[in-house]
Amino acid sequence: MKPVFTYTKGMLPVSTSYCPGCTHGIAHRLIMECLEEKGKLGDTIGVAPIGCSVLAHQFMNIDMCEAAHGRAPAVASGIRRAQPDRIVFTYQGDGDLASIGMAEIIHAAARGEHFTTFFINNCIYGMTGGQMAPTTLLGQRSTTSVNGRTKEQAGAPIRVSELIATLEGAVFVERVSLDTPAHVRQAKKAVMKALEIQEKGLGFTFVEFLSSCPTNWGKTPADALQWMRDEMIPYYPLGNFRTPEED
Amino acid sequence: MAEKVLMKGNEAFAEAVIRGGCRYYFGYPITPQSEIPEYMSRELAERGGTFLQAESELGAINMAYGCGAAGGSCFISSSSPGIALMQEGMSFLASAEVPAVLLNVSRCGPGIGGIQPGQADYFQVTRGGGNGDYRIPVFAPSTIQEAVDILYEAPSMADYWRNPVMILADGIMGQMMEPVVLPEPKAPLLPGDVPKVKPWAASGSGYKENRSVVKSLRLKPEDLEVHVEKLYEKYAQAEKELVRYECIGLEDADIVFTAFGTMARLIHEVIELLAKEGIKAGMIRPISLWPFPYEAFDRIESKTKVVISAELSMGQMLQDVKMGVCGRFPVELIHRTGGIIPTSLEVAEKAKKILEGLK
Repeated sequence: MKPVFTYTKGMLPVSTSYCPGCTHGIAHRLIMECLEEKGKLGDTIGVAPIGCSVLAHQFMNIDMCEAAHGRAPAVASGIRRAQPDRIVFTYQGDGDLASIGMAEIIHAAARGEHFTTFFINNCIYGMTGGQMAPTTLLGQRSTTSVNGRTKEQAGAPIRVSELIATLEGAVFVERVSLDTPAHVRQAKKAVMKALEIQEKGLGFTFVEFLSSCPTNWGKTPADALQWMRDEMIPYYPLGNFRTPEED
Repeated sequence: MAEKVLMKGNEAFAEAVIRGGCRYYFGYPITPQSEIPEYMSRELAERGGTFLQAESELGAINMAYGCGAAGGSCFISSSSPGIALMQEGMSFLASAEVPAVLLNVSRCGPGIGGIQPGQADYFQVTRGGGNGDYRIPVFAPSTIQEAVDILYEAPSMADYWRNPVMILADGIMGQMMEPVVLPEPKAPLLPGDVPKVKPWAASGSGYKENRSVVKSLRLKPEDLEVHVEKLYEKYAQAEKELVRYECIGLEDADIVFTAFGTMARLIHEVIELLAKEGIKAGMIRPISLWPFPYEAFDRIESKTKVVISAELSMGQMLQDVKMGVCGRFPVELIHRTGGIIPTSLEVAEKAKKILEGLK
């Protein structure tokens, strides 16, 4: 019998540590599927962050390296120097990338580093238990904004893709969402495109995934996906912010 | 015969580490070591290496971590407040067993302090400002030649121990010029040879069963305890093999000074000045600050009247000196801080007063 579905070799056959309904697993899988389809699983070095995906190296079946909180883009810049011919990526959440690691991501993008950053934006600190992130929406409740985030106290949420897209070194910037099958397919195309551009050595590539966190949002998995459509996508519009001219 | 050249300390340090096989440098400008990133930016590209100016010291240490994790032999340098920023990363490197060569061309603190030379980073480099149980070998040369020799050896030492190795040279060492003999260049490790030489590295070298994961996270307490105990077995071996020191004139000495780096240079003159007045003084000069040469203090003869720790700080090495002396002799401190270097005459006078006070 011909198999109609197989597990990607890029993911180890283990249970992940992610909560039910969390879309981290989908993002992991899309990246690993793309690497497998390109035949590059053995030529890739990934960098795991601090946050819910701190254990990504236990799930992704490739050479990997941990990074201190927010420092993944600096770590990847170092890896890139030592191994100039490999595919290199960082996988980072919104607390890691948009708060403590803002300097590292901005400067890696500005330098046009030849690696890809996969940015998981779920509007909250997941691993530490639901605190306000730089991406938490106005009015959104968190354990450090119990009455909802206000602009007066915490400022407005940061749109990271738009920010990165202002930098010349960032040649590919796209925001995708993991809320529907159609959006997941679109997300996979963006991952593949980012990896192809990285291989061409054109500059820094960035894919932002809007992702769900039912546990810390206090919603069912289905309601969490609906909240993404109702609240997140209107504030964080999907689409491409930058593509190299030759493409 | 290797060539003898007159070089500024910072440039000699940079050249030595390139000759020792390092081909990657990550740095951020800070006085008094900015000649090092400048030298590296000129030299490394021409010698098959890479210079990268980091966005901060946090960036630099983490670039070094990534580079080392992927098998590169790398070097970073900074000065006191910059080293403070790097210490989160040093703890990470030590735990993940990633080699790197670090240089602190120290100035005086606390806080932003000043830019004049100081030795008040002794606790910082020997006790570590990073979190958790870890150790980093630290060497404090007192001549540019000695610094060159240690920096030349440091990349191999870091690779052998799979640990960061630090050299502590104060601002005077970085800024002064001395004649040095530069050693013969070693061949650098090429990216393609990493899987063979450093199979533990995350070098993306083919899809394999035993993939490489460079990490320090261990969520299970039992796993973490096993890991830390394994690190400490390594450190115990390093304590035996890496301890280095020099003893000068301990025989019949009334006073035994302990001093490192720039202060040790000055103590040579102090010993001569005291000798002219009929006072016999000697010196224990720690070259490795961790491991500290406690054993050297067993060589002090029983007729010695006092051991004096001479430091450009409020007395930090003093604690280790007291542990080395173990109550056998009185231990005193002669120091200046704030970036002030005492004259040899000033130190000799203070030592004489201490000796008279004991009578």
